[in-house]
Amino acid sequence: MVYLTRKAEFSASHYYDNPDFTPEENLRIFGKCNNPNGHGHNYTLEVTVKGEVDPRSGFVVDLKQLKEVMHREVLDAMDHRFLNKEVPEFLTQIPTTENLAVAVWQRLETKLQKAKLHRVRVYETPDLFVDFYGEA
Amino acid sequence: MKAHLTRRYHFSASHRLDSPEMSPEENRATYGKCNNPHGHGHNYTVEITVSGPVDPSTGMVCNLVDLDGFVEREVLSRYDLQNLNTLQEFAQLVPTTENLSVEIFEILQRGFQKAHLERVRLEETMMNSFEYTGENEPRK
Repeated sequence: MVYLTRKAEFSASHYYDNPDFTPEENLRIFGKCNNPNGHGHNYTLEVTVKGEVDPRSGFVVDLKQLKEVMHREVLDAMDHRFLNKEVPEFLTQIPTTENLAVAVWQRLETKLQKAKLHRVRVYETPDLFVDFYGEA
Repeated sequence: MKAHLTRRYHFSASHRLDSPEMSPEENRATYGKCNNPHGHGHNYTVEITVSGPVDPSTGMVCNLVDLDGFVEREVLSRYDLQNLNTLQEFAQLVPTTENLSVEIFEILQRGFQKAHLERVRLEETMMNSFEYTGENEPRK
């Protein structure tokens, strides 16, 4: 088994707010991230797939195909977007880095050919990242 | 949905590697430049990974305010701009980055209850780092 990781970057804005909480609770729990006008990050996405090396091509996965899937399923939907208003998952969920990693996993999992998704890592900043391994 | 959250923090400290169980010659041979009696310093980066279910009401594994507050209070304020050899935990223990990563893991394991501690990874320089996932019995 060999693991292959591809990186991509996207920039987006978001804010954190749970409509079931009072405004005071939202501000207490989410702090500055509760500002309804939103704020932005340069996200770095790392997608790791695993598989056997094809003896004919020497590839675990066709990188071009992985890049296309990442662009089509994730970057086209999220790059330069306001996540809360423009990405369907976040009309009902809070666009935290945790939920973003889960959403990216769900968008990619069924679209990959041959290689199996191993890990989705989303960096919100260089000092904060979330890993999701598809665990329930 | 179980996710792993990692946060990186930075601190600077000095240390000297010298074991009381070794002769001066052995210490010099073992630790080289790190045995310089006056000590030397590093800019450390500590990476703390916690895990748990993503709370549907907040979208979080744990609130970063809680993690940041705990790490600031219990780890960074303890080690930042200190000489590690003067601290109680290193009175008998050589302050290698291996031992420091175990100490930081145990501080979090004892006191941080808001998420499951997975791993502490400590970078001493950009070229070396140490990881501890808590497989040993906690120190007394």
